[in-house]
Amino acid sequence: MTDTVYQISHLTLVPKRHYGRMIAAVLVLTVLAIVIHAFAVGQIEWNYVAEFLTVPVIMKGLVNTIVMAILAMVVGIVLGIVFAIMRLSDNPVLSMTALGYVWLFRAIPALLQLLLWFNLALVFPTIGIPGLFSVNTVDVMTPFVAALLGLGIQQGAFTAEVVRAGLLSVDRGQYEAAQTIGMTRLQMLRRIVMPQAMRVIVPPVGNEFIGMVKLTSLASVIQYAEILHSAQNIYYANSRVIELLIVAAIWYLVVVTILSLIQGRIEKYFSKGVVAAGNTK
Amino acid sequence: MDMQNLSANAPLVVAADVRKHFGSLEVLKGINVSVPKGEVLCIIGPSGSGKSTFLRCINQLERIDGGAIWVGGELVGFRRDGNNLYELDDAQIARQRRSIGMVFQRFNLFPHLTVTENIIEGPVQVLRENKAEAKDRAHALLERVGLIDKRDVYPVHLSGGQQQRVAIARALAMRPQLLLFDEPTSALDPELVGEVLNVMRDLAHSGMTMIVVTHELGFAREVSHRTAFMDQGQLVEIGDSRSVLASPQQARTREFISAVHK
Ligand SMILES: Nc1ncnc2c1ncn2[C@@H]1O[C@H](COP(=O)(O)OP(=O)(O)O)[C@@H](O)[C@H]1O
Ligand SMILES: [Mg+2]
Repeated sequence: MTDTVYQISHLTLVPKRHYGRMIAAVLVLTVLAIVIHAFAVGQIEWNYVAEFLTVPVIMKGLVNTIVMAILAMVVGIVLGIVFAIMRLSDNPVLSMTALGYVWLFRAIPALLQLLLWFNLALVFPTIGIPGLFSVNTVDVMTPFVAALLGLGIQQGAFTAEVVRAGLLSVDRGQYEAAQTIGMTRLQMLRRIVMPQAMRVIVPPVGNEFIGMVKLTSLASVIQYAEILHSAQNIYYANSRVIELLIVAAIWYLVVVTILSLIQGRIEKYFSKGVVAAGNTK
Repeated sequence: MDMQNLSANAPLVVAADVRKHFGSLEVLKGINVSVPKGEVLCIIGPSGSGKSTFLRCINQLERIDGGAIWVGGELVGFRRDGNNLYELDDAQIARQRRSIGMVFQRFNLFPHLTVTENIIEGPVQVLRENKAEAKDRAHALLERVGLIDKRDVYPVHLSGGQQQRVAIARALAMRPQLLLFDEPTSALDPELVGEVLNVMRDLAHSGMTMIVVTHELGFAREVSHRTAFMDQGQLVEIGDSRSVLASPQQARTREFISAVHK
């Protein structure tokens, strides 16, 4: 094998040309340039955008958006875990209840659920425990409460399915090993199964959290003062419609970007003890 | 009913006419066996004969459909009160399982926990032992199975033989009165079988009561006191390991043993 035909070290290496990438880059940059130009010469007063970006009403709306997204997600995750565990229980009553919950709240559009909760007083003028206490529904069902219930409960239905998939992804041998060392069902779920299921659960829940940030904008319809509602209130007064919508859009971009970064960190944390499938190149 | 009433040489495990079916498939057709404290019993037999199912019934990973099992004088899965048998609840079943260790064919280490964390999980979470003490004991157990230098790694970085030795240490950490092994070396590369069998041999010599489902006839002959041959849900033959393996009385046992040797 010392034949000169098998010697290649003296040859020059010509790298592969990525023509596809070059064409794509040219196309994308062109489109981008057109869009930026359009916005620059369009009837947008950018100084209004800058001015309103940080006014107190917008900041308060931003806080309300974040608070609502977090609380609704917490409600959704708690409900999701509870109903996923119920669904996999061998108690048929619990299992069917969970199935019904997911079916009902996944089927009805979120906006419709918000409106239903907000208008609950039309059906039940008062709520409470008969004989013990009773309150007027309109007093309790504030925009905040209605939004929290509507968003949280429908989120729970989606999260329950995600959690269920996570629980099912954990090997049966793990359940058995946990039982064998004398763990009760709850200990097993908390210490052994859930930590492993998290690897499957976190990415979609992270996505849904990002979805939730945007979904809170629906609450503007029932007068909850989140950021879109705040932006609308301002443009009802000053007619700077596009400028204020851009202000809201910028803040959604900022929040979602930050959340995406955090999500990556959390995913890394829960992949402990696993050689990632993507690391095999 | 309870341990105190048990005389010193009473059997640790008693199975009386144990039956189990999956749907219409009868998997255990009346198993009778009793295992004295300190005995090593090997169960051999063809695949699908019900060996795993029997082990799983002993620690209630499966529910039996007939007969009864006692471990340490305590009825498994039920509480007797007069003429009534009450099924145990989740917490009571968990309590009964604590004293029975199990080693699986596929190790089943907890992948999200390090070797030491795997071993202390039961003692700390279930037995509520002090964490520092549990760690010390875990390290002593790791010395015993020859893996002290692996104490802080995750299971994914261990060979099959090492994982199985950690699994044995994890079972021992619960201070079990009985250890069940379900084909502990069947998933291992041939060169790793020996290290696991050595650990099991040490355990046997230390007086641990063990029921071992295995295809390692050499281990059965040299280490176990008695060997049982299971076929189609029945214990066809049981007796002194050397005689069962060298001169089986039943034709089915003979066939199986010569097939394994081929
Ligand atoms: N969970 C189960 N559901 C249905 N059939 C099962 C189940 N577990 C075991 N079996 C069946 O029971 C029989 C005995 O299985 P097993 O106890 O695993 O045998 P062995 O361990 O001797 O190979 C096999 O036919 C197997 O298919
Ligand atoms: Mg088996």
